Amino acid sequence: MSNIAFVRKKEIAPSPPPITEVGIIGWIKQNLFSGWWNSFLTLFCLYFLFMLAAEFFPWAWGGHWHTKSLRECLDLDPNVACFSVLTARWKQLLFGLYPAEEYWRPTLTFFLLILSIIPILFPRFIRFFWFSLIYPGLALWLLWGGSFWSVAIVYIGMSLGVASYFMLNQRLIKSSPMALLLALFLTVIFFLFISDGMADLLGDLVPLSLPFVESLKFGGFTLSLIVGVTGIVASFPIGILLALGRQSKNLPLVKMICVGFIEFIRGVPLITLLFVASVLLNYFLPPGTNFDIVLRVIIMVTLFSAAYMAEVIRGGLAGVTIGQHEASASLGLTYWQSQRLIIMPQALKISIPGIVNTFIGLFKDTTLVSIISLRDPVGLASTIRADAKWNGIYWELYIAIGLMFFIFCFGMSKYSQYLEKKLKTDN
Amino acid sequence: MNSDNFSGEKFRFGMLLSDTRYRATSLQVITFIIFVAVFFWLVDNTVKNLALMGKDVSFSFLGMRAGYDINQRLISYTNDSTHARAALVGILNTLLVALVGCIIATVVGVFVGILRLSRNWIIAKLMSVYIEGFRNVPVLLWIVMIFALLTELTPAPKAFKGENPEASMLFFESVAVTNRGTYLPMPIMGEGAYWLVVALCLSLIIIIFLVRYSRGLKEKTGKGLPTFWISACVLVIPFLLLYFALGKPITFSYPYLKGFNFKDGIHLRNSFLALTFALAVYTSAFIGEIVRSGILAISKGQTEAASALGLRPNRIMSLIILPQALRVIVPPMISQYLNLTKNSSLAIAVGYMDVRGTLGGITLNQTGRELESMLLLMGFYLSVSLLISSVINYFNRSFQIVGR
Repeated sequence: MSNIAFVRKKEIAPSPPPITEVGIIGWIKQNLFSGWWNSFLTLFCLYFLFMLAAEFFPWAWGGHWHTKSLRECLDLDPNVACFSVLTARWKQLLFGLYPAEEYWRPTLTFFLLILSIIPILFPRFIRFFWFSLIYPGLALWLLWGGSFWSVAIVYIGMSLGVASYFMLNQRLIKSSPMALLLALFLTVIFFLFISDGMADLLGDLVPLSLPFVESLKFGGFTLSLIVGVTGIVASFPIGILLALGRQSKNLPLVKMICVGFIEFIRGVPLITLLFVASVLLNYFLPPGTNFDIVLRVIIMVTLFSAAYMAEVIRGGLAGVTIGQHEASASLGLTYWQSQRLIIMPQALKISIPGIVNTFIGLFKDTTLVSIISLRDPVGLASTIRADAKWNGIYWELYIAIGLMFFIFCFGMSKYSQYLEKKLKTDN
Repeated sequence: MNSDNFSGEKFRFGMLLSDTRYRATSLQVITFIIFVAVFFWLVDNTVKNLALMGKDVSFSFLGMRAGYDINQRLISYTNDSTHARAALVGILNTLLVALVGCIIATVVGVFVGILRLSRNWIIAKLMSVYIEGFRNVPVLLWIVMIFALLTELTPAPKAFKGENPEASMLFFESVAVTNRGTYLPMPIMGEGAYWLVVALCLSLIIIIFLVRYSRGLKEKTGKGLPTFWISACVLVIPFLLLYFALGKPITFSYPYLKGFNFKDGIHLRNSFLALTFALAVYTSAFIGEIVRSGILAISKGQTEAASALGLRPNRIMSLIILPQALRVIVPPMISQYLNLTKNSSLAIAVGYMDVRGTLGGITLNQTGRELESMLLLMGFYLSVSLLISSVINYFNRSFQIVGR
């Protein structure tokens, strides 16, 4: 076999892939022009986007910001946006009828809110958790005003109660339920008889108070955030309790009540509940009771989303295998210990997307308060459009309001995706 | 009492809370007492309040004359009708919005959900923008915004007037889009038109049998009939023959301008359009996500196994992927329908007279029967939602994966 003329001893270096298959060109070919139909769709979408941009950018870029009314805008140039409505009314959209000289209070509350949720969102800052605990009281005082001590006394009373529980439990009484009952009793006594006088006394000693602002003055995004954030914070623990109640096997009565509550709330629209809050609640309370409308709305929104939260968490609980329950029981953990240490962390992890979706839904639902004539951004938009100066404006106003909601809701959903990724253990 | 107490321990009062044998019972007794106490407290307050206001609880107002007009109605109603009739008109309006909204939302949502999985990058991205954009903005804002757009961007009826009108009607002078609503041609059933309906029903029955026969044939011999073309013929040909034989019994009444407004035709009010459209696109974003995750939930092995069996891509989709995906998709989709129905109570924002507008709005204000009206209203929504959740449960039971 010597007629072989040539044998290659060395491997040829692989030739580079064709330029149409890799890099930017390859990506474009694969993702945008992989066939005639896809090419057509791509070109159509590009055309659509181009038309949209060609309409939108000249309109928005040349927009007027400093005219007095819509008419003035139209006289200057009818084909561009009239953002003057935002210049003129942004204070209302943000603060409602809150007194102008007190705008710093909601603003400060908002920035403190960001500070107070950082320890909860990012575990690295958990040592600042004490601030998240005192924030609700601080926000309450900043927003509504009044004497600082009338809010602080609540914190004082609660700390005294907790302190007395530990004192009693460690020093005097062995049985912890007894200590709890006694501590509760002492706290109630404190709030019934001592707190008022003490608040007055402290107020005389260190006069620290802000002008009182009544609830009907609240509005705009301040109101949305107050209702939304309070509802989110309050509905979470209630939702957990409802879910546990619905799951419980040896307490059929508790289960029945929980199921009834959840199904009732989920079966009716939030609007009817808000109407109950504004019209019907007076029927159910002792004659002559009349409490704050914002508080009523918050209670209803909280109950509403707590029912949804309960269903989401129940789904998560169902995802925790029975082996986990058995394992924690065989370790000798009590019911609450095993829920706190074993079951809940896993169940909540599974249900993060659902929980965040409920939060987002709640935040969006705060706009419904405009229907019982509170001044949230959507309600304010109607008011502004009814004003003779801005009659006939729509895009500018609705885009601005929609964008604000979008930022909050989209941010929440992005955070939930980040959290899901971080907690993913994949086993 | 101590017969099952093996340790011989004496019963103490504290054991009611600390001993697991008694704790469940004692907790339930406590709950029961609290529940009953709160319930009686509420009822007692209500009775006292009603007595203070000099009211009683009675549903007789339903039989009284309503005395207000409803501009959008599906059944005959005048202001001489009863409050019960007004409530019924409202209920039908709610159901109308819910039905139309659900259909549009499903069609758009399925479309968007599938397109979001498209291999075409730009389409997939556009659909993500659509979904995120509609999901993250309150539905109430969409409703009032679309209502504002419909009233501000469309021409007034008088713009259609004159020799050289500023606006013109669409689709061969048959559809008028104005700021007072959209006018469509209305079909008028003439004499003999009901035979056409009967013919259509018969054709449908024949088609059902045909499809069954073709399926049976296919399982036996491996070859079916060209069902689509035969069905199309069965559906269209008898209908057309009969239509001309009966002398064109169905005619259309076209909207026309009279004075400053349009007459005749079907008048779709802007409130209805805005509400339906806003609810539909808002819900379609959620349905899109549901469809997408349903399709993604089917493991890739299924597709690969199917193609290993020699199925072609569209058969894989229709025979392997979709039947499995539907099991994941349908229950959350139905609960989206429920959400849409409940959200339709936002009709008040645009003045559409749904059941909350009639029974829970004007009737409530006119008669001052807040308690009774709200009870009826909640009862309506509750029964709709219980109905829908029983549908979901039925679906889950009948389509569960058997075995494992």
